[in-house]
Amino acid sequence: MITASHNSFVFLGDFMATIFGINLFALSGQLLVGLINGSFYALLSLGLAIIFGLLKIINFAQGAMYMLGAFFAWMALNYMGINYWAALILVPIAIGIIAILIERFLVRPIANEDHLYSLLLTFGIALVLQGMFTHIYGSSGLPYQIPAELKGGTKLPFMYLPNYRAWIIVSSLIVCGSTWWVIEKTKLGAYLRAGTENPQLMQGFGINVPLITTLTFGFGVALAGFAGVLAAPVYSVSPEMGSNILIVVFAIVVIGGMGSIGGAILTGLLMGVVEGLTKFFYPEASTTVIFLFMVIVLLIKPAGLFGKEA
Amino acid sequence: MSSTGEKIRIVDLHAYYGESHILHGIDMTIMQGELVTLLGRNGSGRSTTLKSIMNMVGRRSGVININGTETIDMPAHKIAHLGVGYCPEERGIFSSLNVEENLMLPPNVRSDGMSVEEIYEIFPNLAERRYSQGTRLSGGEQQMLAMARILRTGANILLLDEITEGLAPVIVQKLAEVLVMLKKRGLTILLVEQNFRFAAPIADRHYVMEHGHIVEQVDKDELEAKTDLLNTYLGV
Repeated sequence: MITASHNSFVFLGDFMATIFGINLFALSGQLLVGLINGSFYALLSLGLAIIFGLLKIINFAQGAMYMLGAFFAWMALNYMGINYWAALILVPIAIGIIAILIERFLVRPIANEDHLYSLLLTFGIALVLQGMFTHIYGSSGLPYQIPAELKGGTKLPFMYLPNYRAWIIVSSLIVCGSTWWVIEKTKLGAYLRAGTENPQLMQGFGINVPLITTLTFGFGVALAGFAGVLAAPVYSVSPEMGSNILIVVFAIVVIGGMGSIGGAILTGLLMGVVEGLTKFFYPEASTTVIFLFMVIVLLIKPAGLFGKEA
Repeated sequence: MSSTGEKIRIVDLHAYYGESHILHGIDMTIMQGELVTLLGRNGSGRSTTLKSIMNMVGRRSGVININGTETIDMPAHKIAHLGVGYCPEERGIFSSLNVEENLMLPPNVRSDGMSVEEIYEIFPNLAERRYSQGTRLSGGEQQMLAMARILRTGANILLLDEITEGLAPVIVQKLAEVLVMLKKRGLTILLVEQNFRFAAPIADRHYVMEHGHIVEQVDKDELEAKTDLLNTYLGV
């Protein structure tokens, strides 16, 4: 991003922002882009990990729900005048409710079948949603304004940090961090972890596991909806935004280890940064580096960086 | 809810896993404060009987009355709240939780469960290792944890599946003491047991199962008279 406020730094940059032949401006810029992408990766892979942990479902619709989140934010603003901040709360709730209905009426009837069926089901849902939005809104993408409160940016020694981008990183960290805390440190989280291991015994202890399962699915998908709203002002709102990011997110979940909550968050951020650094040092590889990582991890530690050995 | 009288009444219970018909019409009554065992060979349907009471089998039919409430159509998660504590054969200690988290996991089903202090007094090993991962405990400690976990909830009807299996004699002895103590407190216990020598001195009655049927009922004062019969059934 080149803005007017960069100019005063370019002078400084000539003088000291080049160390060992590396342009620190460009490097920190790519690091920032990496952290932002990583924030979205973390939110999406966290949702996938939570859902996989308890339901043993690979939710292929996670990307479509992210797209739906961005579109809902756009529709809320343009049709109903609901602003960004309200959308940030309301849209994930709406998406969570849609997910709960999907779990209750589509996923649960095939819960005892081979997991391939639920994978195909969620893949089908993703295709239907993407097709529907392409039909109505076309595939060129819709603009969504950065909220007025977060316009502008802050000058840092080696870079210019747009406020909205800082907000993405901070809010993603807060949401991922509190989700991790609830799952790892609270009683509700203990129910989830234990339910992942032995749902039948948890039922025997008097815990309504089907209800917890439904709510967990709703929450995991709502995280994608939240990421979608967060993404609307920085990426253009388009029907393909979900399928583009989902492939990368699946690679990240594999790298982190299926079902590891902390692993999903850390790997998401880390892979964003790795991607950003690659864009700086060897841009040609930036779209493949994550997959390269996946191959290496699968060869050396098949359970993933944070996964438990089976 | 009555505190005396019938705690469990089972009439013509049939249970199925998919196509296989496992229990063929079980009848059984357990009174308050009784310690009753289910004896029999492996595969005779004893564990399935406990699981049927918990609604953990594929399908079941008949009458299962717990503490005066008919439960045959009740969802699994409501059964515990009638005051039932179930300890599965594989113990069911959660590896993603530490000892204390395992202990605190099941919700209270009655108000007068044992306090954590009381439980740590009975099972001092658990207190020492309260922050260890649940599955890092020895087999005996895991068994104590599995017992302690349901005692904390206040359950007063205990369904215990093979709690002595594979444990050292000193731990088996400890578990026998605990069962006697629980019986003194008026708890009702249904015990699936392979170890007849463990069960005989502490139980009031024994049901013998074979091929999904109850083939014999033996009171504790009939034990001597029916020893030969039992040996035939149990193959000892």
